[in-house]
Amino acid sequence: MIRSALSAILSHWRRHPLQLATLMAGLALATGLWSAVQAINGEARASYARAAEQLGTTAADRLAPEGGTITLQQYASLRRSGWQLTPVLEGTVRFKRQSFDIMGIDLLSHPLVPALAEAAEQDSVPALDALLPPGRFFAHPETARMLAAAQSEHPITETDRLPPGVLIADISLASRLLRQPDSLSYLLILPDQVSGLTPLQHLAPGLIRIPARSAAADTARLTDSFHLNLTAFGLLSFAVGLFIVQGTISLSLEQRRGMIRTLRGLGVPMRVLVVLLAAELAVVALISGTAGLAGGYLVAAALLPDVQATLAGLYGAAVDGSLGLRLEWVLSGLAMACSGTFLAGAQALYDLWRMPLLAAPAPQARGQQAIRSHKAAACAGALCILAGIAIIALFQGLLAGFVFLSGLMLGAALVLPLLIATGLRIGARLSTRPFTEWLWADTRAQLPGMSLALMALLLALATNIGVGTMVSSFRLTFIGWLDQRLAAEVYVTAVSDQQGTRLTQWLEDQGITVLPIRRSEIRYKGAPLRVYGVADDETYRLNWPLLEALPGVWDRVAAGEALLVNEQFARRHDLSPGLSLALAPDWELTIAGIYSDYGNPNGQVITSLAALLDREPDIPNRQFGLRLPAEDVPEIVSSIREVFEIPRENIVDQAGIKARSLSIFDRTFTITSALNLLTLGVAGFAMLTSLLTLWSQRLPQLAPVWAMGLSRRQLAGAEILRSLLLAAFTAVLALPLGLVLAWALLAVINVEAFGWKLPMHLFPGDWLRLILLALLAAAVAAALPARRLSRLDPAELLKVFANER
Amino acid sequence: MNVRSVLTIFIAGWATEALPQGYAGLGTEAGGFSVPELGGQLSFPRDHGAHPDFRIEWWYLTANLTDTGGNDYGIQWTLFRSALAPGEAEGWQSPQIWMAHAAVTAPDQHLFAERIARGGVGQAGVLADPFDAWIGDWQMRSTGEAIERMEITASGQEFSYELQLFADGPLALHGEDGYSVKSASGQASYYYSQPHYQVSGTLDLPGGPIAVTGRGWMDREWSSQPLAEDQSGWDWFSLSFDSGDKLMGFVLRGERGDFTSGTWITADGKAEPLAPGAFYAEALAASDVQGRQVPTRWHASLPEKGVSIEVQALNPKSWMGTTFSYWEGPVSVSGSHSGKGYLEMTGYE
Repeated sequence: MIRSALSAILSHWRRHPLQLATLMAGLALATGLWSAVQAINGEARASYARAAEQLGTTAADRLAPEGGTITLQQYASLRRSGWQLTPVLEGTVRFKRQSFDIMGIDLLSHPLVPALAEAAEQDSVPALDALLPPGRFFAHPETARMLAAAQSEHPITETDRLPPGVLIADISLASRLLRQPDSLSYLLILPDQVSGLTPLQHLAPGLIRIPARSAAADTARLTDSFHLNLTAFGLLSFAVGLFIVQGTISLSLEQRRGMIRTLRGLGVPMRVLVVLLAAELAVVALISGTAGLAGGYLVAAALLPDVQATLAGLYGAAVDGSLGLRLEWVLSGLAMACSGTFLAGAQALYDLWRMPLLAAPAPQARGQQAIRSHKAAACAGALCILAGIAIIALFQGLLAGFVFLSGLMLGAALVLPLLIATGLRIGARLSTRPFTEWLWADTRAQLPGMSLALMALLLALATNIGVGTMVSSFRLTFIGWLDQRLAAEVYVTAVSDQQGTRLTQWLEDQGITVLPIRRSEIRYKGAPLRVYGVADDETYRLNWPLLEALPGVWDRVAAGEALLVNEQFARRHDLSPGLSLALAPDWELTIAGIYSDYGNPNGQVITSLAALLDREPDIPNRQFGLRLPAEDVPEIVSSIREVFEIPRENIVDQAGIKARSLSIFDRTFTITSALNLLTLGVAGFAMLTSLLTLWSQRLPQLAPVWAMGLSRRQLAGAEILRSLLLAAFTAVLALPLGLVLAWALLAVINVEAFGWKLPMHLFPGDWLRLILLALLAAAVAAALPARRLSRLDPAELLKVFANER
Repeated sequence: MNVRSVLTIFIAGWATEALPQGYAGLGTEAGGFSVPELGGQLSFPRDHGAHPDFRIEWWYLTANLTDTGGNDYGIQWTLFRSALAPGEAEGWQSPQIWMAHAAVTAPDQHLFAERIARGGVGQAGVLADPFDAWIGDWQMRSTGEAIERMEITASGQEFSYELQLFADGPLALHGEDGYSVKSASGQASYYYSQPHYQVSGTLDLPGGPIAVTGRGWMDREWSSQPLAEDQSGWDWFSLSFDSGDKLMGFVLRGERGDFTSGTWITADGKAEPLAPGAFYAEALAASDVQGRQVPTRWHASLPEKGVSIEVQALNPKSWMGTTFSYWEGPVSVSGSHSGKGYLEMTGYE
């Protein structure tokens, strides 16, 4: 009996292959996008953990300065009190035009030494040369290749036991290259300390002890926001995909009501039927989930290079280029597919369970029921929105921002059917001709079957508007900021300090204003902080992108009594103008202003160059900005090349830097726009599937109209018109939702994720294009059913009157 | 691969390359470093300090101690300086590497610890006047004139000690006024000792603190190339006889024959250099220590002084399992003379 029942149930799919394809495609899409995002996140996180482990930062607790750096004297005195510590000096070095992160360690005591020594041994190089000038680098083969192309002075030992993107060197070489002979970034507290030592907090109250695990989580914490962003996108795609799945499952069950009634009439218990249907769903979920996983893996592999670029650009976090296949990823993807399917099918199965034994299959009657459920959904939606608002009013942080956004989006989607229904009712009331009145009414009658697809469309459109507005606003602000920030006409990097000095002299003799760009790198509360010294020049006074400032800000900075901090640093540490900031225990300055500093993950402060040089006379003097009339630029650039041996790539004009910055910016958001487009594609597909599945049910409603004299062509036209009407309603409602989303992204999510707040700009042209795109999608989605309708054999329509179904 | 063997690769890179020419790379060419010269006058307190132009140098204190119950102990406090290149430089650019070993030996236990630190940044170093030698919180510091009165401290995971030293005799210069020949082909080092320390203080062992007193001996030696190429290790005796006389004697084991030399120090502190071959020592019995056969019972003789003695290790397991490993421990002397002393044996790998 079970076998016959099963074959009867499954025969439905034989008769509706398109429906089966839709169901599986929807599920595969949902699983695929979700899994792609998970794969990317998993790979990146694993990469951070590996990097932390490979850099030995998980091996020992860290002792980091609250602000500034640790002096050698402080280190020596801690050592002399009996603590076994090993010093680390971090920074960035440039070879040719390329920057490298360098980590200087004591090759006699750092926990990383075993790995390095092993590599050196395999290389059979004299290990001693790592300790003596010129000194040796240790690097991942990928990084080693880049480094070898940029310099040849220092030999390199390649080892894949180091993460890519960082150079390891003995601290003697690192302090030489970084010109920080007297400072350390942090100390590692080695295991096996002698007992009874004076506690570190007494010996060094200015240093904070960071447990090994949390030091390793540095990168993870920094990039958390990015991954949360991706997860939100993945979840959104998953939800949109589930709309398709839910629609299809409901339809397939509804179409099988007659068959189910018959089977029950033949004596098959309801329990058996529900189990069979659930098993059917499980099989579909597993097959589609597997397909989705395969697709997701491909999408992730395709997107990973861009994600790598984004992470490197925004956070300086290096991620390996290869994508591994993890078991937990496969299992969680399949679990998502199965639970999603059951979530989507639960309502339909429950309805079936409650169906009276001999209830007549009456899809039409569901229209009335639908209106009641619209109201219930709208109430739930309003609650979701209110809950979201309450969360963001009460809590702060990235998660609260995302909860607010999900509440808003879900709520808006739930309210949508009621809003559209109301709109349609008003339209119907306004219309006078019978045909239009029928059109309004029929559209409303179709709404229950379409509402899920419309919700998907709403979410996709709103996301596109919101994210698009965010990216475009960011881009516009970024361009304006670049104009301010890159005020000098030409930027030159000398190959040595001596050359820098000669160059400055020579340029000043030509009457050109030279702005030295000099910086030192310290640590503030364990995180890197760059301290720039600037000359007192009107270029800064006129152009620097200050967000907030005390009166006379530049005079105070020039006097060496105040500093400026970048926005992300100010937000991270809750700083505002007027407060003071201790860069070192004996160096405390007033914060005179806050400036915007986009695209930089780290804190940065600016103070008077003279004051900085007083404390650190040895910081490099190689980078300069030159102020000169724009028309003189080509001539000066070529004469600098003639007089000095400066490589071509070390002299960049303003336009060149701007172009480079913008291309980095655009690359950063490639993944965002790719996911955006995919979401919109899924929503378009949902429209198509809804219309296709509805179409077969519509004959009973169309036949009477046809019989009254409307041609099939007119009916087909009405079909397209209706689809357009619904899409237009949805698009109009999506616009305000998208703008709220944009606001939340700019003012809440961005602040949490990157540390900067951006002004919102409106781009009506983009909206128009998007709405037209949505209408086009609706028209295309309706075109297939409409075409079928216009070519329908009149006999089919006549059949409606012969047998109802 | 453990950290120790790693360190060997890094700091002893030159040693492993140069091996098998001598223990710890001491048989390598001088390469830019200063070399000891015959007739070079030692001058104090200057020469208590470091000589960064020489490749290797050490401050080597050993003491035979007894507690109130008559139990014997030995302690070692050693600071080695090893230069990767001659001279000194600021901060991390310094080519000087410091390494220290401390040990406490009793008949049934031998505890040791090691510290390694780079020069130039203040975590380790030696100042001549006032004398101060330190690495981390281990210290040997003058509390009076030059190195006459000193205080030493060291601590490891399982032990620590704090001792006061008082020299009741003069310095002993080995060889010709401190120029000590180390092979038939003329390799030499600068070498002097202060063998007359009265010692008192406290050992902190796993069983608790122990008050001790006894006699100590400090060796100071620096060179750039003290071993001949064929020499692979040495057996070194510093013995204090109950008569008040002292004997420093060593055997440098070489493929082309052993080279022996030493110094006889009279009870009133006069140092008499011994001619090569005058002193000799032969192993009577070996012990299995950390998988090696190490001679721990010796017969030593110096016929010109009527010395024919048996030297027996207090604890045969006195193996220093440090970056450069060797045997170092207290010994007792019987035979023609009786007394105590220290024995150091290297090259038993």
